[in-house]
Amino acid sequence: MTVTIKHHLSDALLMAYSAGTLPEAFSLTVATHISMCDECRARLGAYDTVGGVLMDEGEFAEMSADSFEATLARIDTGHSVAPPKPVANGGIFPAPLQDYVGGDLDAVNWRPLGMGVKQAILETDSDATARLLFIPAGVAVPDHGHAGTELTLVLKGAFSDDHDRFARGDVEIANESVDHAPVADIGEDCICLAATDARLRFNSWLPRIAQPFLRI
Amino acid sequence: MFSDAEAIEQDKTGVQPPPGGSHVRPDRTVNFSVDRSIMSPRGEKDVDWAQIIALVRDKRDKQAFHALFVHFAPRVKAFLLRSGADASLAEECAQDVMATLWQKAHLFDPSRASAATWIFTIARNRKIDALRKIRRPEPEDLTWGPEAEPDQADALSLQQESEKLGEAISGLPEKQKELIEKAYFGNLSHSEIAEATGLPLGTIKSRIRLALDRLRHAMK
Repeated sequence: MTVTIKHHLSDALLMAYSAGTLPEAFSLTVATHISMCDECRARLGAYDTVGGVLMDEGEFAEMSADSFEATLARIDTGHSVAPPKPVANGGIFPAPLQDYVGGDLDAVNWRPLGMGVKQAILETDSDATARLLFIPAGVAVPDHGHAGTELTLVLKGAFSDDHDRFARGDVEIANESVDHAPVADIGEDCICLAATDARLRFNSWLPRIAQPFLRI
Repeated sequence: MFSDAEAIEQDKTGVQPPPGGSHVRPDRTVNFSVDRSIMSPRGEKDVDWAQIIALVRDKRDKQAFHALFVHFAPRVKAFLLRSGADASLAEECAQDVMATLWQKAHLFDPSRASAATWIFTIARNRKIDALRKIRRPEPEDLTWGPEAEPDQADALSLQQESEKLGEAISGLPEKQKELIEKAYFGNLSHSEIAEATGLPLGTIKSRIRLALDRLRHAMK
């Protein structure tokens, strides 16, 4: 499942994902993007190579005396801790996202936010929040800034802000300095996966009041 | 490079238990005797670990597995200790990682990862599971089907590029190297990590990209 992607993950995100230090919501967005983007998959491979080099040329700690036997015993009993990797199934959502939704687009439990905009919060650890956003064709998400980092990955349709246009597979990385009001393309409803490590700051009063209730 | 792999394959009759192999039970010693050149720290640099994983994959070769264990398990354990695991958790997780290597050897693709890289990713995932106790969302898997295999030349270039990257990292100024180690072993936030990027990764990325393109083509 590859598409023409213009907006990619940053080196910092890929390195942190490779190191295994990202909040779960960000990891989900990174894994979902990589499922659609071989360029970032290859860049991740490069960062994994760095991890391999550091581990291989770093320190070593002596294993306990019976460790090899114990490992063979683990194998003999079929003990396995590595979960199977997700496999593409041709849905709109890449497999890692389907794992969190419990299915493809039709399995999403949407909550209305007004103006036809809907969201569904996905269960992750509390260091960051992952949500699916549904923006009807031509509708603008209220103007907002960010206290932390926001990753927005387009899954269907497209949106534009003051700077650029983002279509399926594209990821927008916004931080404190970005105030924007993304608008969905006129021809098609837009569905995004968004991860934030802090609450969004809306610049108009109505959404700010609604914020605590809606968990935006 | 190749001769080491052949050596363990052929040296089944075994003469001596491996150095440090005192923990191997007597009834198994015969199976695990390993060519000394593989075990000696000096000779290790030249070992083609990808070939040895292939022996585990294709022949379920326990002697090859033992060689991998002796080399990698202590490194995996050190990685886990440096990431904050206590000694018993690090030991247990390192055993899990090596067991996973045995069980998932068929998923190793030498055209996209060196042995150390692949084992690092298993260890990293185990770390997230055991230490951070959160799920690790993974990208969709891309694997070679039964009728196609990764190209030997691609695998060789990848191994060479991995070695070159290792040399490049060794040659970095101490401060930058420390920052990168902190990023991988410690807990830099991803905004702090931005300062650790800027490594010379273009060539290895292009190699992996090429292998991915071939794989995509084979999947069609």
